[in-house]
Amino acid sequence: MSPDRVSDWQVTKRLPEQPDFLWAEAEPKPSYDVIVVGAGGHGLATAYYLAKNHGITDVAVVERGWLGGGNMARNTTIIRSNYLWDESAGIYEHALKLWEGLEADLDCEVAFSQRGVLNLAHSLGDVREGRRRVNANQLNGIDAQWLTPDEVQKIAPILNISADVRYPVLGATFQSRAGIAKHDWVAWGYARAAHAMGVDLIQGCEVTGVLREADRVVGVDTLRGPIRAGRVALAAAGHSSVVTASLGLRLPLQSYPLQALVSELLEQVLDTVVMSNAVHVYVSQAHKGELVMGAGIDSFVGYGQRGSFPVIEHQMAAAIELFPIFARAHVLRTWGGIVDVTPDASPIIGLTPYAGLYVNCGWGTGGFKATPGIGSVFADTIAHDRPHPLAEPFSLSRFESGALIDEHGAAAVAH
Amino acid sequence: MLSIPCPWCGPRDETEFSYGGQAHVAYPGEPSTVDDSGWAAYLFFRENPRGWFAERWMHRAGCQRWCNVVRHTVTYEIAASYQPGAPRPDVA
Ligand SMILES: Cc1cc2nc3c(=O)[nH]c(=O)nc-3n(C[C@H](O)[C@H](O)[C@H](O)COP(=O)(O)OP(=O)(O)OC[C@H]3O[C@@H](n4cnc5c(N)ncnc54)[C@H](O)[C@@H]3O)c2cc1C
Ligand SMILES: [Zn+2]
Repeated sequence: MSPDRVSDWQVTKRLPEQPDFLWAEAEPKPSYDVIVVGAGGHGLATAYYLAKNHGITDVAVVERGWLGGGNMARNTTIIRSNYLWDESAGIYEHALKLWEGLEADLDCEVAFSQRGVLNLAHSLGDVREGRRRVNANQLNGIDAQWLTPDEVQKIAPILNISADVRYPVLGATFQSRAGIAKHDWVAWGYARAAHAMGVDLIQGCEVTGVLREADRVVGVDTLRGPIRAGRVALAAAGHSSVVTASLGLRLPLQSYPLQALVSELLEQVLDTVVMSNAVHVYVSQAHKGELVMGAGIDSFVGYGQRGSFPVIEHQMAAAIELFPIFARAHVLRTWGGIVDVTPDASPIIGLTPYAGLYVNCGWGTGGFKATPGIGSVFADTIAHDRPHPLAEPFSLSRFESGALIDEHGAAAVAH
Repeated sequence: MLSIPCPWCGPRDETEFSYGGQAHVAYPGEPSTVDDSGWAAYLFFRENPRGWFAERWMHRAGCQRWCNVVRHTVTYEIAASYQPGAPRPDVA
């Protein structure tokens, strides 16, 4: 591989040396002001903004496994804000703006690369839906364009845009401010910064139940004993239903395995992100050169952190038709994560019927992009014991009022 | 890939089936008396256990009939499959 064919990023930047420790392991104290359940991106970001924006530092993030070992390190890292409805535009665009300043804020590299995201249209229905979404995005001040097949190919020359294929490309939406980041660096950046402000990060500590007195939550039960807390904030992603079951609190969630895979390292062939909701292909080329591809969810409810083979097979068939040169790439690894899907493909954020218990879940297949946004909005919700204005539409009560925020078109199984 | 025992056709590949979610969700008996929270429960709230789960599958590429299956959501072991209308067998 000659240096001029290597991506700029590879030439100008090196992966930093790993320091020995970015944060210190903490033993659980008997009590905290706030306990955050789950040390994924959302839990860590929530702890960070509780400390930074609200001065609340008597906080523990309690994690069953290891920090960032859930969906945070399993996702395909796509970041964008081009959802359909105003409510979604509010929270996803808030997140994207925070991404744009995140490296400076955390004083740490996260390799946020605004290389743009194409969402392909393969049918007349897709075209209408895509154009409508571009219009909606523009009205909300979010950058969005509709591209013809030729314009699409200028951005992604390796894409097959011929007409006689199973999934012809009829056009695409393009958000140029969208992109990818390195998810593990994001988790570590938040962990380090939260720890520096006094937050306890407790790994290997599964929460088995939520403690309550009458209608007030007063702590959590864990495999390492009870921990008392003034407030408990749930950020357990795919396992949220399991955590709330002990309270008899039901959530409108179904948990499914979602898969992704990476190829061996390749020379730079793709410098944008390409997504196709209809055929469940979404792909980018990571900084080191591997193709990162997401697949669909399994058809059935499951907590096995592995996915079904037919899902990968279906996805690869479509990917190879769209990108014929991928046929030569070898798959290195496939893996799965458990995603918590809601009936309207929008998250659930806010207060619960129990005082002192706050919930953040239901991000399903697409919550990585929201990490800074939800962290700051959830922290604000907890600090003031009322939903942050951007969280308000996403309350649990919308399933009774009927005010659903249907993002199946923009979210679907893709991200 | 799951091997799902259709009560009529015997064990078949998962790809022959469509999924129908939680089994035994009855339509509200007196719709006019159901309040908002009752409708929300019927429409949107399903069990989501880490463990045994009774669910519906339709043998789309076979006999085209629905059946119920009791499956473990972590090991994916299938303990029972039975015809709709039959009660959920006790497996756990
Ligand atoms: C294959 C795949 C691809 C994806 N691609 C994208 C993408 O391209 N773009 C995008 O925006 N999103 C994507 N997502 C979705 C995104 O990863 C999630 O929405 C997001 O990570 C959820 O928030 P989190 O980081 O806090 O979750 P997690 O990292 O899953 O954090 C939850 C944590 O809670 C812990 N926990 C669970 N139960 C307990 C308990 N009882 N006690 C203590 N701790 C507990 C878990 O161990 C876990 O660490 C993808 C997901 C997957 C699986
Ligand atoms: Zn059959």
